[in-house]
This record gives sequence, structure tokens and C-alpha cells, in this order.
Amino acid sequence: MAELTVIRSATEEAILSRFNDFNATQSWGGDAVARQRQQAFETLKARGLPTRRVEQWKYTDLRAFMRDLPPLAPKPSEADAAAAARLTTSLDLPDAHRFLFVNGWNVAADQADGVERYRLADGDALPPLVTQALNRERSYADNAAVALNTAFMQDMMVLYVAPGTKLARPLHLIFRQTGDAPQSSFARVLLVVGAGAEVTLVETHDGPGGIAYQSNTIVEIEAGDGARVDHVRSNNAGDAALGLSTLGAQMGQDAKVTSFSMNIGGAMSRHQIFIGLMGKSSELVLQGATLLRGRQHADTTMEIDHAIGHCVAREMFKSVLDNESRSVFQGKITVRQHAQKTDGKMASHALLLSDDAEADHKPELEIFADDVVCGHGATAGALDDELLFYLKARGIPQKEAEALMIEAFIGETVETVNNEALREALMVATRQWLASRS
Amino acid sequence: MSLLEVKNLHVEIDGKKILNGLDLTVEKGQVHAIMGPNGSGKSTLSYVLAGKDEYDVTEGDILLDGVSILGMEPDERAAKGLFLAFQYPIEIPGVATMTFLRTAVNAQRKARGEAELTTPEFMKKVRDAAAKLEINQDMLRRAVNVGFSGGEKKRNEVLQMAMLEPRLAVLDETDSGLGIDALKIVSDGVNRLRSPERSFIVITHYQRLLDYIVPDVVHVLSKGRIVRTGGKELALELEEKGYAQYVGEAA
Repeated sequence: MAELTVIRSATEEAILSRFNDFNATQSWGGDAVARQRQQAFETLKARGLPTRRVEQWKYTDLRAFMRDLPPLAPKPSEADAAAAARLTTSLDLPDAHRFLFVNGWNVAADQADGVERYRLADGDALPPLVTQALNRERSYADNAAVALNTAFMQDMMVLYVAPGTKLARPLHLIFRQTGDAPQSSFARVLLVVGAGAEVTLVETHDGPGGIAYQSNTIVEIEAGDGARVDHVRSNNAGDAALGLSTLGAQMGQDAKVTSFSMNIGGAMSRHQIFIGLMGKSSELVLQGATLLRGRQHADTTMEIDHAIGHCVAREMFKSVLDNESRSVFQGKITVRQHAQKTDGKMASHALLLSDDAEADHKPELEIFADDVVCGHGATAGALDDELLFYLKARGIPQKEAEALMIEAFIGETVETVNNEALREALMVATRQWLASRS
Repeated sequence: MSLLEVKNLHVEIDGKKILNGLDLTVEKGQVHAIMGPNGSGKSTLSYVLAGKDEYDVTEGDILLDGVSILGMEPDERAAKGLFLAFQYPIEIPGVATMTFLRTAVNAQRKARGEAELTTPEFMKKVRDAAAKLEINQDMLRRAVNVGFSGGEKKRNEVLQMAMLEPRLAVLDETDSGLGIDALKIVSDGVNRLRSPERSFIVITHYQRLLDYIVPDVVHVLSKGRIVRTGGKELALELEEKGYAQYVGEAA
């Protein structure tokens, strides 16, 4: 039998050729980080970038999307960092503590009461809960986007909220890309929320238009027993950007985690969500709103692992697709054998505004327990003509009637966001998107 | 000039002929009732007047103030003062009744070159109109028609009419599905809006509604054209004798 010849893409070659030099310069984080980095690299080397023949990437051919690997972004100058700090996002809250990442580098951080911040690259001594979280096996470690981040991350920021601490003010992670040349950035954050603690976490992504930069971020959340985390994310990446982002969360007993994600920006984006329900009676709410136009491609891929029973999970993702845009939703729910009394519902709905738009939905339920309530639903369709006629018959012009219906469609997901100011900001962003529809 | 003139109107849907040369003239301030058996084309007439696009007008014309409206979108017709109260009002999930009313009122005002209503002006107007129709604040906050009873939906149609102040209102079987109390509230709402400047076309299968909204003219529609026209006593005759004599006529 002939030897299998692996033909690598330019990007795969770049990953291989750059890694050794990069690895040699990274001495932070101790053995654990070094081992994970090496492991991630070996995974990439062995598997390459996933194509549509890899089930998880069926609708988002990463190998085809990543035509090249732009150079790693160097640490921005103080002047560049200061200039970047002056930019705003649609989810800025006056009372939020800001943690600014420019081109993957954490260049600024507010002092926040009740939050301890560590940087692994600084060799900070870590609380035991953090060390424990860092060393945890990750089911998604082999995922290509995650492996890329692990292989090329230059630091990891850890935020630690001690047990019982209820933060009055939200934390805001700002992932911002700057500069006129395409660059790659890899940012990573771990948020450890102790038992009974409460945190609101805002995460925004933005960058310049017309620049084919690549941003790869991972935000991991460790929610202890009885902890509560409300996460709201917004992707406003530049219109030529390729964005890979991952949310990984582990939830303890009686924990409650909500995560809302709005995707408006980027030429191509993939937001991955990996949740492990590890303690009884926890509650998970995942929501998303994707608004696309032109030839944008946005993928939301979610994997929920019900490792233990009596947990409630609700997921609803909506997309509005204009022109030739395409949205992908993959939702996989695993209910393990002992996870009895699991209550899970997943829904994905796409609204197609154009004949050339495409929505791909792939719900997957793998249920090994026998006493569960689990369901999923997926729909795709155009705006309802009868509804449009009713609105127009009342004097509302076509475009305005469409906007009213789209706003209502998206509003159903946004209304689950607890923070009123964030809810309003998300609706403002929706209205701005609608107002700029041609 | 007549407010509305429908001339020799022929209408098809999916190649099927529904209206066959319908003529109708409505003067300012008049209330016309259009009665007829099922399938005679009553609802088609209301949709064609409002501008629903799956109906093909193959012949004839519709003039409002002497100007053809056939080329106009439904929203343009509404801004010119045409209003259709739907037989089956549509539910609009996620759009609060208040938001919907305000968007509609201001869109029409904008189209006519008038200033939009300020929030206090709008609120006062909607509260006054709602109170008369026994519509409470809770209903105004809820999504349009979602979870409304049949009677609530019809009251909501009349509320919209009161807010939009049309010059020609077409009521498509507004009495269908209404109990006697709701019928009275809805009819009172319509009667309050009667004025020398405003006309109504009341489409109904039954004479009962016309006890409450007393028409100036009654037409009988059969097989897509008007086969008889008379005064309000014609409605009573139809109630007594039924439509049998008109079915089979006017082919």
C-alpha cells in the first residue's frame, strides 16, 4: 500500500514552521502550559486544519477559510494601547471594570473590588481554585480553534472572584484589533468564580474594517457551587476579519450561568460554546442573535455535556440573514447515563431575507439516561407575508414593517438578558443594523 | 367628487375569477353595507381595496378622491385614508400594541407631511380611545393580538381605526365571532367615528350588525358583482328570505 502523502495548505505549513521558534521564546506558565502547548501543536500537526469532511466543521471549512496565517501581532506600543483604549463599544457600561486586550495582549486593566487578577506570564502565585481549574482536562482541548490558541497564546489572564463575593459592577473584556496590516492574535482568559459568588461578564470584539486580521480568543469560566455568572458577548469584528472564539464553562452544583452572544461583525466567525454541567441542579441559559449581510459567514457551535442529573438547560439561537450571507448552528447535547431528570430544550431559528441566504442547523441529542425531558426545534423561513400585509395596511412602509418584525424576532432572545442597560444596548445595536440595511 | 368609485372591477386569484365587473360608489359620510352569501367575493373586495398583492385586477379601476389607487402599495393607500378592519386580525409576536399603534400613526403622518405626535400627545390619544373601547393598559402593553380573545382582537381593530382616523373604513365581517356585548362595544366604537367626512363599507353576512351600525345603503353581492342595491330595509328582507334568490343569478 502506498504511503499516505499529506498535502499541507500554506496555513498549515506556516503553523508548523513558526511553532518551534515561537515555542522557544515562551518560558512562562511552567510545565503545565508547556505541556499543553506542545500537545496542541502535536494535534495540529497530526490533523491539520479541519475541512468540511470533519463532522464538527461540516458547514465551516476552516482550512478553506484560513487561506493564510498572518504574522503574530507584537505587543502594541504604549501609544497604540492608549489610542485603542479610547475607542468605544456598543456594550460599554459606565460602571464596568474594563480589561483591554489589544491584538491579543492584555494592555490595560481596571482595579476591581472583589476581583483578583493574575497573569500567567508574570509567574504570579495562584489561588488553589485557579490552579485546579488550569489543570482540569478539557474535552475540547483537541478542537482546532482551541488547539491553535493553546499553541500560540502568549499569556493567560486569570480573574478570580472569591467564594461569596457578589460583584456590584460588571467586568468587561474588550478584545480589540488595531493596525493597518493583517495580524494574528491569540488571547486567553480564565474566570474563576468561587462558590456563591456572582459576576456579570461582558465580552466584546472589534477591529478595523477592510483588514483581513485573524483573532482567536478563549474565555473559560469556572462557576463554583451556587455561583451565578451572566455573560453577554458581542462580535463587531471588522468586515474582513476572521474570528474564532470559544467559551468554555464548567458549572458546579446549583450554579446558574447565562450567556448571550450577538454576532454582527466579521467576514467569517465561529463562536464555540462548550459547557460541562458537573454538579446537580444547575441552570444554564444560552442565547444568541446573529445578523448577517453581504457574504458574511457566522457559525455558532455548541456542545453541552450533562454529566449529572437534575440540571435545566435552555438554548435559543436566532439568525437574520440578508443577501448571500450564511449562518450555521450546531448544537450537541449529551445526557450521560446517570444524568437523570435532565430538562433540556434547544431551539434555533433563522429568518432569511434573501433568496440567496443560507441557514444550516444541526441539532444533535445523545441521550443515555432514561428519565429526561429533552427537545429541540429548528426553523428557517422568510418574513410572514400576512403579517407584512397587516402592518402595511396600517400605513407602515415595507422596510419599516420588516424592521419591526426583525426587531421583534431578535427581541425574543435579547429579553432574556438580565442587565437592563445591556438589554437596551443590544436592541440599539439591532436597530442600527436594521437602519443600515440597504 | 365621490370619495370612492369602484368601476367595473374584475379580480382573479391564481387564475380563478372572483369579482366580475363590480361597481360601487361611496359618497362622503355614507355608510354602505355589503351583504352576500359565502364565496360571493366580499372579503376579496376588502383585500383588493386595501391592496393585498396576490389579487390580480384584470379590468376596471378603483378611484379614491378621483385618483386611481391600483398602483399604490397598501401603506400608501392607508396614508391616503383607507382603513381595513380585518375579519381575522393577525397576531404580531414581540411587537407591543402601543409600539405598533405609534409606529402606524406616525408613519401615516410622515407620509402625509404632518409632524409626528409627541409622546404625551400620543399617550393621551391612545388612553382616551382605549378607555372608550374598554381596552386596559395591560392589553396595550401586550404583543399585538397575541393571546387576545376574538372580541379583544376586534376591539383592537376599532382602536386602530380610532387612532388612524381614516376617511374610508372597510369593516370585513367585524361581527363574526362576537358575542352580543362585544358586538355592542365594537358598534358603539364605530358609531362614535361616524362623521360627515368619514365613510364606511360594512361587509357582513348577517343583518344583526346593521341593527347597531345603521347603513345608508345596502348592496347584495353575488358571484362577484352587486346584484341589488337598496336602503336599510333591504337588510331586513335578506334576513327574512335569505340569499337563495340571489344564488344562481348574475352568472
